[in-house]
Amino acid sequence: MIALHQLTKRYGKFTAVDSVSLEIPRGMLYGLLGPNGAGKTTTMRMIAGILRPTSGAITVAGNDIIRQPMEAKQRLGFIPDRPFVYDKLTGAEFLRFVAGLYGQSGPEIDRRVDELLELFELTPWKHELTESYSHGMRQKLIISSALVHRPEVIVVDEPMIGLDPKSARLLKDIFRRFVARGGTVLMSTHTLEIAEVMCDQIGIVLAGKVAAAGTMAEIRVQTSSGTASLEDVFLKLTGGHNERELSAILGD
Amino acid sequence: MQFSATEPRDGKPTGVGQILYPKWRSVFARLRKERTGAGGRLLLLLVVGGGFWLGTFRIAYWVLKYLGTTPEIGALLAGKILSMLLLAFGSILLLSNLVTALSTFFLAKDLDMLVSAPVDWGRLYLAKLSETMVHSSWMVALMLVPILTAYGAVYHGGWLFPIAVLGALLPFFLLPTVIGAAITLILVNVFPARRTRDLLTLIALGAVGGVVLLLRFLRPEQLSRPEGFRNLVDFVAELKAPSHPLMPTEWAASAIMNWLERVADPLPLLLLWSTAGAVVVLGAALHSRLYPSGFSKAQEGADKYVAGHRWQRIATRLLGWLPVTRREFILKDLRVFFRDTTQWSQLILLAVLLIVYVFNIRALPLYTGERVPYLLVTLVVFLNQGLAGFVLAAIAARFIFPSVSLEGRQLWLLKSSPLDLRAMLWSKYWVGTAPLLIVALVITAVTNEILRASPFMMFLSLVTIACFTMAAGALALSLGVLFPHFDTENAAQIPTSFGGVVFMMSAILLLAAIIIVEARPVSAHLQAYQAGVETEPFSPDLWWALVKVFGLCAIATLLPLQKSLRRLQALEV
Repeated sequence: MIALHQLTKRYGKFTAVDSVSLEIPRGMLYGLLGPNGAGKTTTMRMIAGILRPTSGAITVAGNDIIRQPMEAKQRLGFIPDRPFVYDKLTGAEFLRFVAGLYGQSGPEIDRRVDELLELFELTPWKHELTESYSHGMRQKLIISSALVHRPEVIVVDEPMIGLDPKSARLLKDIFRRFVARGGTVLMSTHTLEIAEVMCDQIGIVLAGKVAAAGTMAEIRVQTSSGTASLEDVFLKLTGGHNERELSAILGD
Repeated sequence: MQFSATEPRDGKPTGVGQILYPKWRSVFARLRKERTGAGGRLLLLLVVGGGFWLGTFRIAYWVLKYLGTTPEIGALLAGKILSMLLLAFGSILLLSNLVTALSTFFLAKDLDMLVSAPVDWGRLYLAKLSETMVHSSWMVALMLVPILTAYGAVYHGGWLFPIAVLGALLPFFLLPTVIGAAITLILVNVFPARRTRDLLTLIALGAVGGVVLLLRFLRPEQLSRPEGFRNLVDFVAELKAPSHPLMPTEWAASAIMNWLERVADPLPLLLLWSTAGAVVVLGAALHSRLYPSGFSKAQEGADKYVAGHRWQRIATRLLGWLPVTRREFILKDLRVFFRDTTQWSQLILLAVLLIVYVFNIRALPLYTGERVPYLLVTLVVFLNQGLAGFVLAAIAARFIFPSVSLEGRQLWLLKSSPLDLRAMLWSKYWVGTAPLLIVALVITAVTNEILRASPFMMFLSLVTIACFTMAAGALALSLGVLFPHFDTENAAQIPTSFGGVVFMMSAILLLAAIIIVEARPVSAHLQAYQAGVETEPFSPDLWWALVKVFGLCAIATLLPLQKSLRRLQALEV
C-alpha cells in the first residue's frame, strides 16, 4: 500500500533521509521510531506530498506521489505533529472544508462530520471557532479531518501528543479497526510502549537510514538483543545516557 | 550548568539588554541571510529607498526654499509645517503604539518564558517599551530623515544638526510609546486581549481614516494661495488651528526651529525631556500595579461563537454552480476574511482612500466659471487613469497580495490534499480581482463623470483600467507567492513587507508603460484638435495601442501566475 524506494532528501549538504526503502502492505500498522532529527517527519511529509524527494520514489495505493499526486493523495489521510488549523473556522466548518478539498460534499458528508465530532466528543464545540479549542481538541479535530474522506492509507506523525488517556485509547482502537478492515497506517511515535503493543512491524530510523526493521522478533534478531524490550533495543541502537551525565545535570 | 531546585540561584539580575538579546540577534541573523541570499533584493531596496528619500528631500527642499522667498512669514510657515507634520506623525505613532504594545506586552511568544523567569518587572517594562518604540516608530523616523535633511540644508543647520534633531525626537517618540502602552494596559485589564486587539485595530484604523479625512477636508491646498485670505492675521490664525503650545509636537518643532534660527531657548527641550521622563516613571508605576493581572487576563478570551449564518447560506447558494473544491475554498476564504478583524477592518482604510481620491478629483480647479479647454480636460482624464491605477494597486497590495501568505501554517493541509494548486490560485485570483474590477470600473466612471470626460476618453479609460486591474490582481497574487510571509500573526503587516514594495513598483511600472503606449494616439488626436482638424478619435493608431495594452496586460497576468504556480508546487512547508 505504501512503498518507498531509495527515498532520499537533502537540504544543501545535509542528508535528512538517506536511501530509505520500505514496503508496507495493506492491513498493516507500521511504526516508525527514531531519535529527534532522525528523519521520521521528513519521510512522512514526503509521503504526504508536502516535501519533494531529492531522489527515489514513493507510491501510495499503487500511485506515484510525484507523477500521480491527485490519485495518491485522494487515498491518503495525513495527520501532522502540530495541529495547525484555520482559527476563524468552526470545527464543523473545518471538517466540511477538508471534505471539500477531497471533492466531497452534501448530506452524506454532513452526517460523517457529525459522526466524527460525536466520536471524538467535540459535538458541544462544533459551532465554536477553533481558536478557542485546546491543543488536544485541535489534535482530535485534525485526526477527524484525516478520516472524513474515508482514506485507504493514514500517515500519522506523533498522534498521541496532547491527547487525554481516553482519546489516546480511542485512537488506538480506531487505528486497529482501520487496519483490520484492510487499511494501512504508518505512524511515527516516541512512545515505545505504544509502538510495541500496537504496531505489526517497526522501523527504527537513525541519521536518515533504517537501522532495523521488521516485527519485534525480527528486530531482536537483527540487533542481537535476546528477549530485550523495545525500549532496550531502541536505546542500544541510539545510545543512552550514563550515570555521570545525569549526576552532573542534577547537581548531585 | 545547575538545574537543582535545592540550591538558590545566584548571579546578576537579568538586564534590559539580556531580555532584548534574542531580538537584536534575530535582526542581525535576518540581515546576514538577506545579504548572502539575495544581493538583488538589497540593491532593489537601496534603489527604492534612495529614490523615495531623494524625491521627498527634493519636494521638501523646494517647498522650504519657496517659503524662504517671503521673509516676513517664511520661517514661521516652515515651523508651522513642521509642527503640523509632527502632529500628524504623532497621531500615527500613538495609534501604532497602541496596537504594537498589545503584541509586545501581552501576545508575544517570548512572554511565557520571560514572565515565568525571575525577571525584574521594571526591566521587563523598559525592555518591552524599547521594543514597542522601535517597532512602531522606525517607519516614521525613516520618513522624517529626508524632510529634516531639507530643513537642515535650507536653514544651514550645520554638522551638529542631526544631534539636535535626535535630542528633540527621542523624547517625542518615547511619549506616544509610553501613553500607548499605558492605554493598552488599562484596556487589557478591562477586556480580554483578543477582544482588545479587535477593538484597537478598529479604533486605530478608524482614527487613521479620520485623520486622513480631516487633513484632506482642511483643504491644505488653500495654504498655497495666501491671496485667498483677507489678511495675514487670518492666514496665521488658520495655520495655528490644529496645534497648541502645550502639545509635545509643538515643543519638538520649536526645539528644531530654535536650533535652525539660532535662538538660545532651551525651554522646549527641557519640557520634552522632563515630560518624557515623568511619563516613563508614571507608566512604570502603572505597569507594576496592573501588568500581572492584565497578562493573566490576556491569556483568556478567544472568540467562540460566529454570526452571519444567513449570508453564508446565500453565498453557498450563489456559488452552488462551482465544483465542490473551488466552492469550499472560496467560502473558506470569505469566512476567514470577514471573521478576522485585522483583515476586514482594512475596508475602512479602503473607503477612506476612495473618498479622498474622489474628493481630490472634485477639488481640481477645472470648472471655476470660465469655459475649460477640451485639451485640458482630456489631458486630466488621461492622467486620471494613472491615479486610479495607483489607487487600485494600493488596494490590491492590501487585499490580494497577502492572500497566499495567510494560508501560512495550514499549507500542510492544502499540500497533502488532492487540491489542484492551479484551481486554488485561480480561486484566490477571482475572489480578489472580481471585487477590485467592480471598484475600478465604478471609480473610473464616477471620476470621469465629475471631470465631464468625452465618450471617447470614457471608453478608453474604462478599457484601460479593466485591463490594468486584471494584471494588477495577478501581479499582487503572484508576488505574494514569490515573497510569502507564512508566519505572520497580523495580516495588516504583510503589504508593507519587501514583497509588497516590489509589487507596488511593478504595478507602477506597468501603469507607466500603459500610459506611454496610449499617450501617442491621444496626443495625436489632441494635436489635430488644436490645429482645428476634425478627426475620428478611434483611429487605427488608437486601436493598435489598445491591442498593445491588452497584450501587455495579458502577459503581466499570465506570466506571473504561471511562475507563482510553479513556485507553489515546489514549495516545501
